Formats: sequence, C-alpha cells, structure tokens
Amino acid sequence: MSKVVIIGNGISGITAARHIRKNSDKEICVISAETEHFFSRTALMYVYMGHMRFQDTKPYEDWFWEKNRIDLVFDRVQQIDTANKKLTLQSGKSIEYQDLVIATGSKPNKFGWKGQDLPGVQGLYSYQDLELIEENSKEAKHAVIVGGGLIGVELAEMLLSRGIGVTFLVRESKFWGNVLPEEEGLLISEHIKKHHVDLRFNTELEEIIEGPNGRAIGVKTKDGEEIECQIVGLTAGVSPNIEFIKDSGIETDRGVLVNEYLQTNIEGIYAIGDCAQFKKAVPGRRPIEQVWYTGRIMGETVAQTICGSPMSYQPGPWFNSAKFFDIEYQTYGVVNSVLGENEADFYWQHPSKEIAVHLVWDESTNEFKGINTFGIRMRHELFNQWLKEKSSIQEVIANLKTANFDPEFYATYENEIVTKFNSKTAFNVQLKPKTWWRKLLTS
Amino acid sequence: MTALSIFTITPFLGSFSLTEEVMLEKLSEQELGNLEQQFREQIIGKEYATSFGFSRDVIAIYNEVNEEFRKNEQWDQIMYTAPKDFAFNLAKASSNGVVATNKWMFFLLTFVLAIIGSLTYIVQDLKLLGPAGIKNDGIYHDSSMNRGWVGILTAGWLVSFYVLLYFHPYAIVNMTYVVDPIKGLFKEGAEASQWFLYGLLYCIAMIVMGVRMYIKYRHNKYQIARTTSVLFFQIIFAFLLVEILPLFGLPGRDLKNAMPLDYTFLYKYNVQELLDAGMFGTFLLVWGFILSLIVVPTLVYFYGKRWYCSWVCGCGGLAETLGDPYRQLSNKKMWAWKMERWMIHLVLVFAAILTIFVGYHTYTAINDPNGEGVSSILGISAYDVRAWYGFLIGAIFAGIIGTGFYPIFGNRSWCRFGCPLAAYMGLVQRFKSRFRITTNGGQCISCGNCSTYCEQGIDVRAYAQKGQNIVRSSCVGCGVCSAVCPRGVLKLENGPEDNRFGNEGPIVLGNDGFKLNA
Repeated sequence: MSKVVIIGNGISGITAARHIRKNSDKEICVISAETEHFFSRTALMYVYMGHMRFQDTKPYEDWFWEKNRIDLVFDRVQQIDTANKKLTLQSGKSIEYQDLVIATGSKPNKFGWKGQDLPGVQGLYSYQDLELIEENSKEAKHAVIVGGGLIGVELAEMLLSRGIGVTFLVRESKFWGNVLPEEEGLLISEHIKKHHVDLRFNTELEEIIEGPNGRAIGVKTKDGEEIECQIVGLTAGVSPNIEFIKDSGIETDRGVLVNEYLQTNIEGIYAIGDCAQFKKAVPGRRPIEQVWYTGRIMGETVAQTICGSPMSYQPGPWFNSAKFFDIEYQTYGVVNSVLGENEADFYWQHPSKEIAVHLVWDESTNEFKGINTFGIRMRHELFNQWLKEKSSIQEVIANLKTANFDPEFYATYENEIVTKFNSKTAFNVQLKPKTWWRKLLTS
Repeated sequence: MTALSIFTITPFLGSFSLTEEVMLEKLSEQELGNLEQQFREQIIGKEYATSFGFSRDVIAIYNEVNEEFRKNEQWDQIMYTAPKDFAFNLAKASSNGVVATNKWMFFLLTFVLAIIGSLTYIVQDLKLLGPAGIKNDGIYHDSSMNRGWVGILTAGWLVSFYVLLYFHPYAIVNMTYVVDPIKGLFKEGAEASQWFLYGLLYCIAMIVMGVRMYIKYRHNKYQIARTTSVLFFQIIFAFLLVEILPLFGLPGRDLKNAMPLDYTFLYKYNVQELLDAGMFGTFLLVWGFILSLIVVPTLVYFYGKRWYCSWVCGCGGLAETLGDPYRQLSNKKMWAWKMERWMIHLVLVFAAILTIFVGYHTYTAINDPNGEGVSSILGISAYDVRAWYGFLIGAIFAGIIGTGFYPIFGNRSWCRFGCPLAAYMGLVQRFKSRFRITTNGGQCISCGNCSTYCEQGIDVRAYAQKGQNIVRSSCVGCGVCSAVCPRGVLKLENGPEDNRFGNEGPIVLGNDGFKLNA
C-alpha cells in the first residue's frame, strides 16, 4: 500500500489528509511538532481572551484520526532524504514515504532588529506563541506591537482584554495601508483608537531595548522615541517556514517552489498552504497565498492529484474576511488600496455608525470588480457568481437587498446606499426588492 | 450578595408554633377528627426554631395516622392531601418570627436590594465592556462560568432551592412570607404559596438578566427582539394572567404552555375544572388542542421551532436570560449528541404513554355519571404513571437538572435532553420545515466560536467549515452562533425547502477545480 506523509497538521495538511482518505485507501501519516492534534490557528486569540478553551479550537474530536486511519506523529522533521524517500525525525526515528506533502506553514517576520530575539519579544502564530504570551503577560503592564495588519489588531485586542496597554506602531500612514483604501483605513483606525490603543502611524521600530534582567524593557523608534513595555509583539507579516528543507534538493525561493499542480521539482513531493510559492502565480493572485481558505483549497487540490486525478490549483474569485475589534470586514473580488487603471469606485459610510461599503467596477465595461464591506455581511455565493459571470455594477447594486447576509431584524441601508450611488455616479439604478437569494443563482 | 444571603437565611429566622385557633381554622373536619388529639398532645404550644422541624413532626403524626388507617383498611378515613402541602399550609399559619411580622421590610432587604444590586452590577457593563459588540472576554477565566467553585456553589444553591420547592415546601415557608405583600397586590390579604414565590422569582430573574441581555447584545436586533418576546410571554402569560384570571372567577392558565410540555393538561382535575368554568374554560380546553396540534407544527414549518423555544417558552426564556452566562458549558461531543437523541425521544415516548393513560382516564371519567372513570389500563394505574412522570420528568429533569445544573451542564440541558415538546417540534424542524442556518459559502475559518456558544451542544462548525447549512432538530434558533461568528458566516433563514441543506459536495465554495456538488 502506498504511503503519503504530510509534514504539518494545519488546515492545508489536514484538509489534504482528509481528502486523500475520502478518495483512496492509502496509508496516511501526518507529522507535527506543534501540537498532537489539528487545531484552528485562527482561534488562538479566543483562547487567550477566555472565549474558548484550547480543546474547543479542535475541529475534530481526538478519536476522529484513528477512526479515519490517519496516523499522527508528534515529532519534528529534521531532514528530508529525497533520494531514499525517507524523513529523519528529531526523536531519531525515520519514516519512509511514497508521496510527501510539505505543509509547514509560516513563521512571523523578523527584519533583523536589534533585540528581536530577547525574552518578551514574540509573534502570534503557533500554539507555542500562545503559551509564550500567557507567560509574558504575567508581569506585563504595557506592550508595543509592530506591524499594522490583521494579526497586529488581534494581538492588540488580546492584550487589552487582560488590561495590558498597547502602543501600535504602523509604518504606513494609515492602518493596513497596503490593502485597504484610504476611507476604510481611516474608519478602522478610528475604531482602534476608540478601544484605547495608542496608534502611531508613520512610525518604525529601530531597536528593542534590553533590560538588566535580560528581557525586553522597551523599544526605540526611528524617531528616537523610547517606549517602555514588557511585551513586544512582532506582527509585520509572516514568511514560509522552510529552513529544514534548504539542503534537501527541493527547490525553494521565499517558499517551496511549486507548479500549478502543487508539485515541487522532485517527483512525489508537493507543497501546499502558506509555505508554497507558485513559480507562476494564478493570474490576479500572489505567488504565496497565506490565508485560511487558500490553504484549504490547496489541500483539496493536492489530494486529487495524489489520488490519481491530477488537478491544478484553481481558486475562484478572491474573497476574505476579518474582524477588527467590533467591526466585521468582508471582501469579494478585488478592491485595491489605490484604484487601478480604468477603475471607478463608490464608497458609502453610515453618518454615525461604523458601517461602510466600497464597490469598484471597470469604467469602460461597467464590470463589477470587487466590494469591501464593514459592519454589513454579504452573501459569498451571490458575489462569487457575479464575479465569475462578470456581472455589471448595476446588477450588483440593484440586488443589494438580496445579497445582504445580516441577521434578521437588522436595520438595512440599501435604500441610502443606492440613492447615494445614483447621485454620485451617472447611473440610475432601481433597487430590486429582496427575493429568495437562490433564485438569483442560475447554476 | 447581601440580599441573596438574607433570602437564603430566612428559613432559619423566627420560630414556629401551632395555636389552637390555627388548628381549628386550617384543618378540615376530617383532618381535625383524625389528628386533633395527637396535635394537642404533641404539637400545640411547642416552639420550633424552623419550619422544617415543625413540619417534620406534623408530617410524622399525619403519616402515622394514615398508616394506621391503611393497616385497618379504613379506606374512607385516609387523608389524601399530600403531607408536604398539608405541612406547608399549617406552617404558613404558625410562624411568629421576624420575617412573618416584617414582610415588607424583608421584601425590601431581599428582592428589592437584590434587584438594585444586580442591576447596578450589570449596567456597569455599558461602560466597562467598551463599544457594542461581542464581549466574551474572560468567560473561561471566571470561576462562575467555567465550572469553577463559584459555579459549583451556584448550582448547589439552585439545586437545594428546587429540592425544597418540590419536595419540602414547608421548609421555605419564611421565603413565601417575603412575597406575601406582592400577592396581596392581586388580592387583599391573600397569602403566597411556594408556587407564587417561584413564579415571582422566575420573572424577576428573567427581567434582571434580560436587562443584561439588552446591554450585552445591544448591537444585535435579533437578540433584542427575542429577549423582549420571552419577557413579554413570561410576565404577561405565565405570571400576570395566571394571577389575574382567577380574580374574575376564571381558571388561571398559562395560554402559551403547550402539550406535552404542559403534561397536566389532560389530567382529570384540570379538564374537569375547565369544563366547569363555562365558556372560557371550554375555550381553554379547545385552545390547548389547537395549540399543540395545529399552531405548533404550522409555525415550526414556517419559522423553525425557535418561534416557541427562544421566543415564547418560559423554560427557554429563563435559559436565555438567567442561563445565558452558562451557554458555553453544553457538551459538544459526539457521544452527547447520541445520548441526546435517545433521551429526548424516550421522554417523548413516555409523554405519549402518559397522554394515553391520562387521556383515557379523563375521557371515561367525564362520561361517567359518578365521575370516576377507568383509571387503569392493563392493570397499570394512570395515577402511578402521572406520579412517575411528574417526579422524574417534571421535577427532577425539568427543575433540578434543567435549571439547578445551569452552571455545570449549561443552560439548555432540559430543552436538549428532556423536553417532549422540543422533541416533537424537532422532528418537524428536521424533516418538514423552511428553517435552516445558512452557511456563507467558504468564509468559515473553523475557529469554533459558534460551536462553543451553542447552548444546544450542536457542533455548528462541523457544518459551517464544509459549507453545509445547519439543519438540526435540536436547534432552538437563539441566533448566538451567528452573533459570535467573527467572519459573518451564519444566518438564520426561512426559505424554500429546496436545497435546504446547502453544499453537499466535499468541496467548499471558492475552489473552482471541482464541481461543487460532484
């Protein structure tokens, strides 16, 4: 019986394992040095904040793996011997494979700052980071977070929930500036400040100051300001976690290089998830994609290939979501931080509440390109269809009532949105009444 | 806290002694004949420190006398009032303690003080928790909500209260004095029974914790609406109407309490009383059938069982207000789901058997000129079935386990494992309903907030991460999974039955390499 070994038990590796099991009778082995069982990384913040216990982050009960004949090995892979198809583990054991899937995820970026490895300095990615932040929080009164992205906001929210003050250093002039347009950046920035975060834009880290106890006791910014703190959170993005692969003969760049079938340069070895880097990116997408669902899709895809029906990575239209303290964010399609060529946009924000939508379309064809929503939930299936069918902005605007996914009884703002849309643009769109949403799906 | 402590120690305050006048006034002719001599010898004039001690002696004599009759087969002499109720009534009239003489003061010291105290605590959340939104910080660090010692103490207190309420009501006589003044508002000079005390406590707990819900979910209109709804139905239907109707000579019944949750509906005395109560009584009787057989399944078809469980029901109302801080404690394991399906459907079967026994008994009794009827089928007495159901399901399951164990098993263990009405509606919801929780395509990140905060122990995430809709018989539609989801993945919806289950393929939306439903 052929044996598939998967390194990494995150969402990518585990999805691959589950789908290989669905499609075949192969022996499956998943190796992880992080935790014994798969857990949802996205929920680590909720464990720290006391919303959940760690065991609640596991999407499958512990008996699931044996029942589905997926062997779990709690160990660290030290070396891949591609010639003999063999892995050497930290414990000294070795494991042979016919097919190997590398799904080792990422690690927080460190840009060579002085003091970046001091105790008290950490990122937020792994289970070990959660243990570390528990430990670091014990004596902490203030923290400095470096890097204005999603993990940074999560970390700020976490620390504040324990009464630890937060100074947030953001290199750009607004929050998540490389992703969000001006208006949204402002909206979120204001919201973050409302939660008593000391948010500093255009501020970069110079070095982390070491105290007499050998721990971080503060940071110094490029402007020369010193900020006292006991925790330094490094959240300036993540990069592929692939050090142990470097001498194996598997081609790497920033990540493990793969083709559209997620195959590396060596036959029978695949890479998926955060650690994979496409030699040729899917049009309109980045070569390294580090979000939850792309990992899942890569896992689904590679399982097909390994089980004998080669399948290329074909993610549908881009989508994502996040939550910034109390503001939920969803996006479908592409809304660039700066309007692209030939693109037009429309932004609506509630006069007093933190609710906004931002739509982008092609000026010449009126093709709908993407939407950002804040404080309003929208239906993925409808937007997915509109994006695939290259529907017009008029159709999207006219059907906003049906696209709304907010809970029942919520106040709706489609009338205001459409009125303003018509007044700001040359369009004159009639808002259609809400219909059962599946009726709009033609497939 | 102080108020709760005062309330808790009231049973130990003051003293009890039976006077001759009270005995002559409270005892029926038969009881007087049977018990007068022993009471005069052993009880009258004797001072007891607690109503419990007092009642123990009273019950001992009562039972002894009855036992004697049974031995001598003097069936017509036996007294059929339950000993606990007999003792309660006597004890209520025999107090000479500080509580009985200062009812208003104790009401202020307990109820009013408790309400002010807890509201003060709750209202601070407006400021302390910051801007509106989901605020579950620290729940699992708090010993009242993570099965810590405060939680265990709370459960201990609640269980003790229920045990006394159901089985030893005479022990909490002093507590009922505290609410006499409120009973008096309905009817001059009327005295509160233990059930009035319970009803009032129930309403107040729901109102105070309802305020907490209003503050906690002030950003979420669905939560606001259904909290308002359960408060309305509890206060107006379950409490006020039941108190007010009798003032007009009408039977005081809770019009929203549907069979088989209302298991006493077909009891002989109930039907008899309704039939004797003229037009309104007949209306109640007919309404009872319409409610259970037509209104309930029809509304479940259109809106799911949530219309009852988390919008109308009293048990649900308490669970959604007083019980809300404990919702995360429900068990999400597969074995718990299996146990749930066995237990709740067995209770439904038990309720059906009870209905057959009791219904047959009542039917024959009403058509019998002597009013006796046939009280047993196959040699099994309807009274025995009633007693067992009342004890096991009505008292132990619904009360002691269902509410007493909020801080241990979560706030819906009765609704999930024991309620026969929930089982009945669940079958409709699962197989013939327009209700579902829609999963929003591929947005789920498997974080597990939905499953953690599902009071019914549904592993919501297991469906959401596969892009499937949640169609489960146990879902009471509280809407909290949708509220706590950080990615806007879940929406409670009513819609055509077609495609109600959502994505059935192994692949989640967002992956174009496959056909979704291949």
